Amino acid sequence: MSLKKHILDLRKRKEQVQKGGGDKAIEKQVARGKQTARARILALVDKDSFTEFDLFVEHEARDFGMDKKQLHGDGVIIGTGTIYGAPICIFAQDFTVEGGSLGLMHARKITKIMDHALKMRVPLIGINDSGGARIQEGVNALAGYGEIFYRNTMASGVIPQISVILGPCAGGAVYSPALTDFVFVVDKISKMFITGPSVIESVLGEKISMEDLGGARVHAETTGNAHFFSDSEAECFDQIKKLITFIPWNNSKKAKTFPPKQPKFKGNIEDLIPSDPKQPYDVRDVIKGIVDDSDFFEIQELWAANIVIGFGRLNGETVGFVANQPLVLAGVLDCDSSDKAARFIRYCDAFNIPIVTLEDMPGYLPGADQEHAGVIRHGAKVLYAYSEATVPKVTVILRKAYGGGYIAMNSRHLGADFMFAWPMAEIAVMGPEGAANIIFRKDIEEAEDADAMRAIKVQEYKDKFANPYVAAAKGYIDSVIEPNETRALLLHAIEVSINKDDHRPAKKHGIPPF
Amino acid sequence: MAKKKKIEGLVDFAILSMKYKTRLTKKFENRIKYEDPNFDLIKSYIPGTILEIYVKEGDKVKAGKSLLILEAMKMRNQIAMPRDGVIKSINVVTGDKIPKNHVMIEIE
Repeated sequence: MSLKKHILDLRKRKEQVQKGGGDKAIEKQVARGKQTARARILALVDKDSFTEFDLFVEHEARDFGMDKKQLHGDGVIIGTGTIYGAPICIFAQDFTVEGGSLGLMHARKITKIMDHALKMRVPLIGINDSGGARIQEGVNALAGYGEIFYRNTMASGVIPQISVILGPCAGGAVYSPALTDFVFVVDKISKMFITGPSVIESVLGEKISMEDLGGARVHAETTGNAHFFSDSEAECFDQIKKLITFIPWNNSKKAKTFPPKQPKFKGNIEDLIPSDPKQPYDVRDVIKGIVDDSDFFEIQELWAANIVIGFGRLNGETVGFVANQPLVLAGVLDCDSSDKAARFIRYCDAFNIPIVTLEDMPGYLPGADQEHAGVIRHGAKVLYAYSEATVPKVTVILRKAYGGGYIAMNSRHLGADFMFAWPMAEIAVMGPEGAANIIFRKDIEEAEDADAMRAIKVQEYKDKFANPYVAAAKGYIDSVIEPNETRALLLHAIEVSINKDDHRPAKKHGIPPF
Repeated sequence: MAKKKKIEGLVDFAILSMKYKTRLTKKFENRIKYEDPNFDLIKSYIPGTILEIYVKEGDKVKAGKSLLILEAMKMRNQIAMPRDGVIKSINVVTGDKIPKNHVMIEIE
């Protein structure tokens, strides 16, 4: 063959294999409202940046007639690319090839790109769209999953790992996304569960639809398995690209800095907050009033909304925000919100992202269901995560910090580097009403007008304790600040923390309460 | 002071002695409220199928005697009488598929 012929032959081979499961299967995929695996990768990475590995890999299964089947690329596409110039490794399961089922070579391709990502210290993105284990390959398929989980764990905290669920992801397959840092789901397209509706019905007699069992909304709102929810694949890819701009390539780097921008919010930040600690407001408005360009990128917006987490920039640098949300459940800590905050704090710590905590904290959620669900164990995760973190940690107490919640929300006692409080902040063991009822019980009982006496005593307690100055007098608060100074002081705190060098005792690893 | 936008869907929400105005979550509203356990209601601890019933209403039964077989996850679970007593009512028949926490038998 002449050289020209070789080249033409290569092109022909590529063209054939790149069609995946063929025109009919592609038509079916599109009819389900889904893009093909290849189209997804191309939509996600920078133009012309995708370089494919292992296009010509073929499966080795010989049983049950598999030897007669040709599965292009063995149902998965892997390669490298860039997103806004940031290098990434990516794999996308191809549902048009044997339902995207995972066999030995399919898994080998995924582990190959995972190894590559870890070696190159770049983020890994996995697009999941698979019917599950390829049953004809038996234990080889299971081995494949296990090897993926092992690598997810090895890479955890070293490179960012992102999972995108764009189709079914069932049984063992769900555990790879669960081990990664961020899970993206798309309404009506994503499905995640350990056992499907048919098994649940036959074993337990419970009828439930696939959507209600493990649809995108369920994981975004109820289980907390998903971090980002969107209505379409295009919106989902925009979210992923945006996330990539906020995080570093690996744990030895810092996130890319952007040109600093003033917040779009103009006005007095204290006007966003009712002075009565019992009245709600949306704490995200406060964050937007502080961050560059008022651009706050919220994570797990729909789940455990009583705490708000996400990324924003201060002076161009990525910062992780953790904030109590008085608008939902009064901003209490409970099992889910503790879990949500703790994991995010650990993420920020692993990837050199400073943490800013905005505190407006009424305490823990009371209730037998919470106690029985282990709010002690879950709440402890927050203490652990804050104490363990060595990145710069800054707290601003906005309006109140009561009881155990005061300690948990990155207090000085857990190692906060900067503790700021607004002048109306009430820092106390509990709210003034409760405290007065206990301390002055006798005075109130014996008074002729108990309510009047209670009001007097509540005010007395408020004047004495429900302010930031008692804590400031002990040095637990570094500075009582005017709300309008908040952004400037946070900028300063981050700036002067750049060389923070804080060490923990040498150990193999801690035993966090998870 | 700037006019604040009105926030919808607020309810009273008490934590310790403070009553806050806030929104609730679906999960919170759907939480299972605690009830004192009633040991006279014999409930299914797992969803399953009633395979056999060994007692009838009015029987005097000694503690430990098998009342019925509840099959779940391919296992035959023997449900035993928790204390000496009388079968007040039986709310299932053989072959019933029942959910978790279904009252199968009431004793007194």
